[in-house]
Formats: sequence, C-alpha cells, structure tokens
Amino acid sequence: MQRIGVFICWCGSNIAATVDVKRVAEAIKAEPGVVYSADYQYMCSENGQQLLKNAIKEHNLTGVVIGSCSPRMHEATFRRAAAEAGLNPYMLEVANIREQCSWIHKDMDEATEKALILIRTAIAKVRLNTPLQEGESPVTKRALVIGGGIAGIQAALDIAEAGFEVDIVEKNATIGGRMAQLDKTFPTLDCSACILTPKMVDCAQSDKIDILSYSEVEEVKGFVGNFKVKIRKKARYVDEKKCTGCKVCMEKCPSKKGLNEFNMNLNNRTAIYIPFAQAIPNVAVIDPEQCIKLKTGKCGICQKFCGAGAINYEMKDEFVDREYGAIVVATGFRPINIDAFNEYGYSDNADVITSLELERLMNAAGPTNGVLLRPSDKTHPKVITFIQCVGSRDVSGCGKPYCSKVCCMYTAKHAMLIREKYPDTEVHVFYIDVRTPGKNYDEFYRRAVEQYGVDYIKGMVGKVYNENGKLMVQGSNLIDNEQVIIPSDLVVLATAIEPEPSVRKIATLLTASIDTNNFMNESHPKLRPVESPTAGVYLAGMCQGPKDIPETVSQASACAAKVIGLLVKDKLKTNPCVAHCNEMMCNGCSQCANVCAYGAITYVDKEFRIGGGKTEVRRVASVNPAVCQGCGACTVTCPSGAMDLSGFSSKQIMSEVEAICKR
Amino acid sequence: MTDLENKIIERAENLLESGEAARVVGWKKGEFYFDPSPAEFDSKEQLRDFVYNGFCGANLSKYLIQVSKKPGKTAVFLKPCDTFSLNQLVKEHRVNRDNIIAIGIECNGKLDIEKIKEKGVSAVTEASETGKEVTVSSLYGKSVMNKEDILLIKCLTCKSKKLVGVDETIVLGEMEEAPSDRFEEVEKLEKMTEAERFAFWKSQLSKCIRCNACRNVCPACSCVKCVFDNPQSGVAAKANDDEFEEQLFHIIRAFHVSGRCTDCGECSRVCPQRIPLHLLNRKFIKDINTCYGEYQAGEAADGKTPLTDYTVGDVEPNDVFNAGVRK
Repeated sequence: MQRIGVFICWCGSNIAATVDVKRVAEAIKAEPGVVYSADYQYMCSENGQQLLKNAIKEHNLTGVVIGSCSPRMHEATFRRAAAEAGLNPYMLEVANIREQCSWIHKDMDEATEKALILIRTAIAKVRLNTPLQEGESPVTKRALVIGGGIAGIQAALDIAEAGFEVDIVEKNATIGGRMAQLDKTFPTLDCSACILTPKMVDCAQSDKIDILSYSEVEEVKGFVGNFKVKIRKKARYVDEKKCTGCKVCMEKCPSKKGLNEFNMNLNNRTAIYIPFAQAIPNVAVIDPEQCIKLKTGKCGICQKFCGAGAINYEMKDEFVDREYGAIVVATGFRPINIDAFNEYGYSDNADVITSLELERLMNAAGPTNGVLLRPSDKTHPKVITFIQCVGSRDVSGCGKPYCSKVCCMYTAKHAMLIREKYPDTEVHVFYIDVRTPGKNYDEFYRRAVEQYGVDYIKGMVGKVYNENGKLMVQGSNLIDNEQVIIPSDLVVLATAIEPEPSVRKIATLLTASIDTNNFMNESHPKLRPVESPTAGVYLAGMCQGPKDIPETVSQASACAAKVIGLLVKDKLKTNPCVAHCNEMMCNGCSQCANVCAYGAITYVDKEFRIGGGKTEVRRVASVNPAVCQGCGACTVTCPSGAMDLSGFSSKQIMSEVEAICKR
Repeated sequence: MTDLENKIIERAENLLESGEAARVVGWKKGEFYFDPSPAEFDSKEQLRDFVYNGFCGANLSKYLIQVSKKPGKTAVFLKPCDTFSLNQLVKEHRVNRDNIIAIGIECNGKLDIEKIKEKGVSAVTEASETGKEVTVSSLYGKSVMNKEDILLIKCLTCKSKKLVGVDETIVLGEMEEAPSDRFEEVEKLEKMTEAERFAFWKSQLSKCIRCNACRNVCPACSCVKCVFDNPQSGVAAKANDDEFEEQLFHIIRAFHVSGRCTDCGECSRVCPQRIPLHLLNRKFIKDINTCYGEYQAGEAADGKTPLTDYTVGDVEPNDVFNAGVRK
C-alpha cells in the first residue's frame, strides 16, 4: 500500500477564496492510503517546498498529490523538490484546483466539492504510479528558420552569431519578405530597404547561414533536438550557382504581361524575373504559368541569351532532407482580401487602393519610380482620404475581430510623407481610435496632425462612390456630429492583416497549435511568448500575432536566444512517460506504427509458447524509448490494448475516470 | 449440383491431388441443406462433403489466420465480399499471404433461411436460383420466391462484385450489381433526433445476450487477446454487468473495427437476436468516406488507412464535431 501525502495550496486567495482548503485537507485524510494531509498558503514558495520535503522524509511518503495551480505552472517545481527529498519525481501528481476549479466557480460549497473530487482523482492515479527514470537524447546542433522576412532574417543572424548553423527556408524567390515592400518605416521615417538589405546581405555572406529560397517545408518528423525535415526546392528553371543576376534574360523575355507581385500587381513583369534589385539570392526565376517555352515548348530566348548557361527548362522540384535541433516559425502575414467590403468600392475603382499598394506607389523602386500618381490616369491626386480599420476590429464576419496594430502608425506615416512631399495635397484620415502605444509613437502621430496638418476625422466611412471622376467618401464626423462627404482623388484603405495562410500547413506539420484567427499559439501569452506548445518550436513575428518591425525584431532575437539555449546542450533529458508493448497481446497489425508520428515503433518476429509444448512465431511491436515522445496515439489505436503508456497507463486513466464518477 | 459447384469441387480436387495445396478451406454439407458450415478439407475423400449453394453465406477469410500457420499451402474459396476481408487481414499481417491460394468465386447473393421460414416454408431440401426467382423445395413441396425477398441483409446491399487480390477465379456468368444503396438505412438513423436514435439503439442492443457470435465471426475482430476476455484490461466481464455496459460492448467493438471493417455483414448474419449490428459499422464507413474521401477497407493489401494516417489536408476535428451536431 502506498503512503500518500496530500498538500493543498491556497495560492493566496486565488484558491482559498473559493475553495475551503481546510475542509478539503481534513476530508482527504479519510482516503485510503493517505497518511498525511496539509494546507499551506503558497506551496511553490521556499517554505512550501520545505514542508513537502520534510513530510516526505518524516512520513516515509511513497506518493504525493499537490492540489494547486495547473501542472503546467509548477509540476516541475514540485517534482524537483520531491526528488531532493529522495522520492522518485514521477510519484508526484498535481491536481489542478485553480484554473479548473477555483477560478471558474463562484459558489464555495460547489468549488470545495469539486476540489475534493479532483484530488481524489489524483490520489487514484498516484496509487498506480510507478517510479520512472528519465533517459537522454542527443541534440542536432543546427536550426531551421521557416520564412525569410525580417523575423526569420533576424533570428537566423542571431543564431549564426552564436556559432550554430542555420537554414532559412523561404517560399518566395528571395528573402526580405513584406518589409522589403515597404517604403519608409515609422516612427523614424528611415528607408525600409536601407535598413533591411544590409541584414539580407549579412545572411547571404554568413558561412553559418544557408538560404533555401523558393523552397517549402514538406514534411517534419522527430522531436525537440532531433527534427528531421524534408524540404521541397521548387524548380526555378534557373541554375542558382550559374546565374550572375545580369538581367539580360529579363530584357529579352517576350512574355511581359505577368503581374508583378512585389509591386502588389500594380505593374507587369517578365516571365523570367528577379523580384527586386536587392533580391537575395540575386538569381532569376521563371514563372511556369507565364513562360512561353514551358507552356508551348516554343521560345527559349532567355536560354539563348544567358551568357552563364544558367537556364534549364527541364528542371524538376528537388527534395532535401535535413536534421535540426530547433525550428523557428516566421511565416509572416498578408493583407486580407477586401473584395467583400463593397462599401469602399475597392474592386470597382482603380483609385481605391490598399496601404501596401500605396507603399509601392511611394517607393523609388515602385511602378511609378516613387512619384505619387493615381493608378487610373497617372495624375497627381490633390485630395487623398485614408480609411482606417478596414477589416480590423470587425465583428460582422467580413473582417477580423482583432486590431491589426500597425495600421494607425503606418497611416500617420503615409499622411505625413505625402504632406511632406506634396504640400499642396489635402489629406484626410477617418479613424475609430488612434492607437499609438510605443516609444515615440504618439509624438509621431501628433506631428502628423499638428505639424503636417493632416485632417483626422473621428468616424467611420459608410460608402465610397464615383461621381464624375471623383471618389466621394461619405462618412460621419462624430466630434462635430455631422455627415461629411469628401470628394477625393485617391482613397487609401488601411487593410487588416492576417497570418500568411501557409502557416496552417506549417502548424499541422509541426503539431503546433493555431488560434481561431490562424495565428500560431504561444506556450504562455505572458511568460512563454516565443515558444510554441511543441517543444523545440519557436515563434517570431506576425505568425504569432499582429506586431510592428521593432517588436518583430525583438521577438526574433528572443527566439534566437531560446534556440541557442537549446543548441548549446549536448543532451536533452527525455520524458520517461513512453509507450511499451505487451507482446503477449500484440497482434502485429501495424496500426500503432502507422499512427506513430515519430517512427518509434518497429516490428520483430518472436517465438511464443502456445501450450502443449508448442511454440509459434508472431510479429510483435517494439518501441524505441529514445524516440517515443509519449503522445499516446498508439495506445488508443491498439485494438487489443497491448500498447500502454508509462505514467499515463490505461489503468491509471480509468481509475481517474472512476474516481470522478464515484459519488 | 450446379455447374459452378462442379467447377469449384473439380478445382479443389485437382489442387489437393497435384499437391499444390495441402488443404482446401470451403463449405461442408451440414445436417440440413440450408446449414453448410466452413470447413477444412485435407483429402479428395473429404471433398465429398464439399458444397457451394445458396446458403454458403459464411465468410471464410478469418479461418485463414490459424490455418495459414500450418505447413504447406492452403487454398481458399472466396466470394467477392470475402476477398476484401482477406486483403484486410493480409494488410494487418494476420495472414501469411504466401501460404494462401485464393480462388475468387461467383456469387449472386446468398439466401437467408430465416426469411424463408418466415414465408411459411420449412424443412428446405433445395433452393435453385433462376435469375430473380428462387425455387425452394421442401419436404412439403415446391414454392417459387422472389430472390430479393429472401436474400441475407448483407447481400441486399452488396458492396462489390469485384474479386480483389485473388490468384485465380471461377466465374461462369455475369455477377449482378447490388440492388440498393447500402447507406440508405444509416441515413434514416441520421435523420432521427438524438432521443429517437438512442431509443432505437437501446431497444436493439437490449436484445443482446452477449453470445459473442458477432465478435467471433468478425474478420476484423481477430485480436490475439480480446480486451473483453482480458482480465488485465479492466473491462473484461464487465460488459454485461448491466444494460448500459452491454450497449458499450457493441459500441466499443464498432470503434475497434472502424477503418478496418470491410462491411462483410457477418455480424448481423450470425446474430441470433437479429440486431442490425452492421449499421454501426456502416455509420463509421459513411463518416470516413465523408471526412477523408471514399475508402473501402480491404480493397488493397497495402497503402494507408484514413484513421491511422495523417495528412495536412485531413478534416479538422472541429468540422467532424460540427457535422455531427448539425444532423
């Protein structure tokens, strides 16, 4: 019989205000196997842990139940303390009577009753616990960064700086991401390319960084310290090693009608192209949808003119297998599709544009060489109206419920830049609120209003319609309590952002979770903001939530610190809660091996006695404990129940269910 | 004796005589015309009792788990739906395919003696099929019946006339396709309210006497040790403790065979209480088809299975849940 000790934590008033901790501690003494029961104000404190250690020694405890916060908070703390007192740490269980009890109940009697049930449940499990020993697994000292925008670039540079090899996998033909498309950056108005491109060049020149551009992650296997990743290098039809980036192919290509994605489709590009002047790698790529040679077999002009002989129309997708210790997800964002917002007339009027389109129209490398000309007739717009929160903070279902965070600041930036460059232009901004939390942000916005005379109108826009070539912006001015109609030449929509849709696939491949808006979930919103719930997977930039460049760079560096902290270790402690097979019951049906995401299960032929002095050879499963991650998929798949999980055995779980159901 | 039966016996004889097969698995004459049972034949003499008539509904594939372990090759006669079961067993490494000579044979649906009895005809001595009609002879005379009226439930909605993964075939005529949609009954259940459906299954499952016939006949229920027979599992012998747990037996069984059940319909055929157990399995099959694309267990002896495989395009658990709620 186990000698079980139970410790009920008050968590100050967090638990004690709703759960009668004294009553729980007293009542639990009557449970079979419980030889000690106590309550304490803060079990996680130094004194609380000492109480635990002393009781283990004094009462020769063989099992411990702590009724406290979620095991995600302090299970490790308590297990370490138990180990210091000589108890196997896996003989200690945490009953969550805070998040799953006191915080969600108001009635003290009900909460106390529930706390009792939860603790009895944990006791039922501890009765069946067995001591477990941790193993060790090696660490592959190389990191993968998925996404080559500013987040991925910064994370890769920091990891490389610490001396570890790192690969950037970027789905586009060049790294740089969204930041490369921006004209100026707030709140300092420095040129985006001027601060980004040196970092891109650093990546290219680093002997620790390998850039796999025009590539996508295809498959991820393994676990923290030991990820095995298959990367698809998409056929770019240009030999990366041979291409010199001379652009002769672009001059000669007869297929010139492709939409230029880098310029937000505002102008055209050739079928063979280099996305922009500072692209890394500075290597051309052929768009197979547009290339005449690839579509019809006739043409081949670029091949004829390529002095380096880099063009290869026969190129096929290639697969690269690499191993990594850690993975950083930095897949970024895109503006949402605003076709559903009919009221702003985006689809019908060429001169209703998104903010990212304006960035390109203002940029010296953009379709108008930086001269602000409206798309319809290439004239200078004299009246420009900005509309904020297009699709953000929108609970109608058309847009996104969240604040996209960057729009207030970039709209102020746009307004200011236009007033600076074209002082004769009249600029209006419709806003719901102006949100400027950040160093020098509010000062920046005030400069737009006070120094540059931008007309900020508090109110929403109901309609944008074309009347005799003018865009009539009809909205409400809430301060003056009146309806206004502003005849404008150009309307700019501060479009909401959303995670780059490929993040869904990445999250699935990594078994990391995403929230209802497709943003990657962090492990803890406050205390573990750059770690995904999957060990060894870290999050940087917009994939985790809306954020601006300074925040993105900070988060990327934080990710790098986490990755470096992992990669400097030679061995990781492995979870002893792994699966094992009862060979006497194993059918050898392979279902467990099929569901195993880690490839931990193999099969062996073994001889078994079948009575009457006879034997038979059967195919049975065998688990490699160093590879098993204890996810339990095999145990629930096994029809005969031959597979079981140490620390979470079917019997332990059933005994917990029984304890909950018993009244 | 029909031409088909002759051909089958002839082939069995020559397999045994040539030594190509050490034994043949087929159907053996029973006490009555309508109760042939699965059997192993080791010699030409034993083949005198071999039959293949309208009452050979039994699926022989499960017997191969044990028989294929014996030395020498085993020849087996399989109707189209039985071939799917063998393939599934091969896929799960339960049958050593190298030791098997699988002979696919013609089948146009098998007869249900209970349905014939319900029509007032007993002491059946023969049933000869001509197209859509069956002439049933008994000690008391002959009567002509509509074949569709006396088919086994499983044959009313025959899933396929394909003979998959066999080494040779004995098919004399065209095999007719199934008369009706096998998911029709499932759809009826889906249209019920939750309370109606619960009442339906409660009334059906409460008839269960836990004879285990469904489990013992099921080719997918072939565990070395069934959880319900294993005292270590913590659920053994509990399943018939009370009415509720009795219901769980069938539901757990349906879960255990989900994604693996080929819809051979043996469970319902052997149930002495005539519980439509196949409907539980068909609901799973239908849901798998909806969520993961058309899938027929046993169609191939290799490849991936929707429930034990994972792809990025897999349906989200939430969508499955919502689809269930909507109905």
